[in-house]
Amino acid sequence: MLRRLRNHIAVFFAVIGPGFITAMVDNDAGGIYTYSHAGAKWGYLPLWTLLPITLALVVTQEMCARMGAVTGKGLSDLIREEFGLRTTFLVMAALLLVNLTNVMANFAGIATSLSLFGVSRYISVPLGAAAVWLLVVKGTYRSVEKVFLLACGFYGAYVVSGILVRPDWAQAAISSVRPRLMLDDAYVAMLIGMVGTSVAPWMQFYLQSAVVEKGIDAKEYAQSRIEVVVGCVVMTMIAFFIILACAGAIYSKGPRDISSAAEAAQALEPFGRYAYLLFSAGLFNASLFAASILPLSTAYTVCEGLGFESGVNKSFQEAPVFYWLYTLLIAIGAGVILLPNFPLVPLILLSQVLNGMLLPVILIFILLLVNRKDLMGKWTNSGPFNAVAWTTAAVMISLSLSLAALSAR
Amino acid sequence: MAAAIAINLERILYLTELTGLKVYSPDGERIGRVVEAAVAPTEHPRRVARYLVGDGGRTRFAIRHDQVQSISLDGLVLADALLTPYRRDEAFLLLCKDLLDQQIIDVNGRKVVRVNDMTLTIEAAGDRQELWVLEVDVGVRGAFRRLLEGVAPPPVIRRLQEPIKPSSIGWEYCNIIEPDPQRRLKLNISHQMLNQIHPADLADIVEDLPPAEREALIESLDEDVAADTLTEVEPKIQTSILEALDSDKAADILEEMDPDHAADALGELEEEASREILSDMELTEAAEIGGLLEYKEDTAGGMMNTQFVALHQKAVVRDAIEALRGNEDLLESLNTLFLVDSDERLAAAVPLARLFVAGDSAPLVGLSFKSLLKVPVDASRKEVIEFFDKYNILTLPVIDEGEKLQGVITADDVISVLRRA
Repeated sequence: MLRRLRNHIAVFFAVIGPGFITAMVDNDAGGIYTYSHAGAKWGYLPLWTLLPITLALVVTQEMCARMGAVTGKGLSDLIREEFGLRTTFLVMAALLLVNLTNVMANFAGIATSLSLFGVSRYISVPLGAAAVWLLVVKGTYRSVEKVFLLACGFYGAYVVSGILVRPDWAQAAISSVRPRLMLDDAYVAMLIGMVGTSVAPWMQFYLQSAVVEKGIDAKEYAQSRIEVVVGCVVMTMIAFFIILACAGAIYSKGPRDISSAAEAAQALEPFGRYAYLLFSAGLFNASLFAASILPLSTAYTVCEGLGFESGVNKSFQEAPVFYWLYTLLIAIGAGVILLPNFPLVPLILLSQVLNGMLLPVILIFILLLVNRKDLMGKWTNSGPFNAVAWTTAAVMISLSLSLAALSAR
Repeated sequence: MAAAIAINLERILYLTELTGLKVYSPDGERIGRVVEAAVAPTEHPRRVARYLVGDGGRTRFAIRHDQVQSISLDGLVLADALLTPYRRDEAFLLLCKDLLDQQIIDVNGRKVVRVNDMTLTIEAAGDRQELWVLEVDVGVRGAFRRLLEGVAPPPVIRRLQEPIKPSSIGWEYCNIIEPDPQRRLKLNISHQMLNQIHPADLADIVEDLPPAEREALIESLDEDVAADTLTEVEPKIQTSILEALDSDKAADILEEMDPDHAADALGELEEEASREILSDMELTEAAEIGGLLEYKEDTAGGMMNTQFVALHQKAVVRDAIEALRGNEDLLESLNTLFLVDSDERLAAAVPLARLFVAGDSAPLVGLSFKSLLKVPVDASRKEVIEFFDKYNILTLPVIDEGEKLQGVITADDVISVLRRA
């Protein structure tokens, strides 16, 4: 009995990585801003959305992890094989554009978080870009994954800074389970933003490829599913503490709009240096983390779908397109941050719009693929799960399209 | 040269052009468009045996190759008007469904590639014409045609694609991977060509494939090639392949592997699975591997193999040559002979090359290394590696508590341990 338990734990650690990393990167620079803003403006009220967000994340992530484990193929591979080259090309072109704007947003996060420590962006951004580039070009998949898992640990910074501001725990507990709807434009926009940013197109591609790359098969899938669920739960817990920190530090003093996550960090200063430093460090970690994964995941996905050699285990000569894409995404993504007067805020809004427009397409592809008997065998969605999945997809699609519309306004 | 290419181009039809091609009855009436083409490999390896025609609705007709009068970019003209409804047949290889966008193995380039388009040639058959598959297009040129297919007329696409470098694989070097063994049989797909590829390259190919295709590939290779390939595949994938194979097939492949690698592979499996495979193996091999499985993986015993040649310490060169003649399968990697006393205790090691410069009746003891290097079975992996590094040896004998020779560790075992660390 004990031995079996030990076996289960061993297998769990063998499959850990993809689900956890994907969920955590969801809290990237953009995500942290969204949550900070929600807490600063609305206090504890938005906390109840975290439960449905967790559900939506688990449902979508689980399907991709399952497809990866059962078919042994990435999502872009499957789209290519089942929907043909032209569809794949269009999806990949869109994804490339969307992800490039996301990369920019995260390099901007690196710049602003380190400027709180007095580091000029002309130093932080090039150094960050070089570090990100080297990590993958000189590393192996295993070492890269270890670094990523370590980065997941640093999200703990938010938990500590959330506790340090001494929030109103009773209020937080009640708000977490009591849905509150108001017909207020700004409130609705905030809700849409929170749910809309929680599932991004690139995550689905990254997760499925990572499951395949790790060699997780249908037999180990039970453990992998636990990992996905745990990852999503931990991710929303981090979001919980970010909202808590801003609710305690800003909302309780006087609700207001904040224009960046860095502004939220500054508001934490009266609660002690550590609350402030940890919040800033958390933002830096999250931005750097996402800035490393996004270009990698994009290069992988695009090469996979269009049939170019890919993989960090291949050399530059073996997989030139892969490495060029990767390098250019970082170079351009980091480069524009250094341009004087670059319109960064409109750009981040644009990335939200594009994410929101691409997500419906990807979700529908996922649902069509995961229900194909010839691909998935006995692992297709069960009837009830399908109902949940389609409902989730429908809600996500309408919310992300509304977010796109709001951002474009 | 240029003229030759020009003539060739006229005889060429891309699959992207064939699909969508208008089909005309003998009296010039338009019947529909080609939607799919099928090769029947058991009849002819290249010829398109069936054209599937759609008429806009969902109805599909099948046209046999000998019902076609002529084929060109302008359309496909039939010799007779006898249309039969299409029925699914596993013996046909559907070019669009089974090949386009799917992965195949490029035997020449020794890698897995994705099909973008196919190049067919128009061949004369008496007064009729038929299509033969020439190449599979895997490069940007084929992708370009796919993207513009239906958007621009074929002659325009042909002109626009000229600056793009073609990249294609001759049909004879394409290896289709079909996971279903029965369909494989019906399609006459053999993986004989793959047996010519070096196992290390095959291992890379296997690692690139999804699980079902992986198993299909290993299953259809010759057992000795499969064994060498499996040895080179990374342990995690190795395990999942062995688990997926029938246990007697797995046993057959493991028998062909070096016993130490086979023991390592079995050691990774769950106990029940590994016992089942062992019970399906020949007794002598199973005993040898079972013995190796007893040792801990990170000790000298776990690293060693039992493929060595040992002679009595009084033996002479002639005896050694005689012993080698009986062990031809070991020769490729053998570089040291061992001498044991009457109680099988290790007495000396002889570098193989010295046999060539010694007389037939020279005693082997006189040719041995000055100092005898050896490790006990329970020596740690670290100690073994240090031994190899310090003394620059190729083969290290492993002995038990009674000084008896149990096996040898070779430099390649050490290299693979180091690479995995």
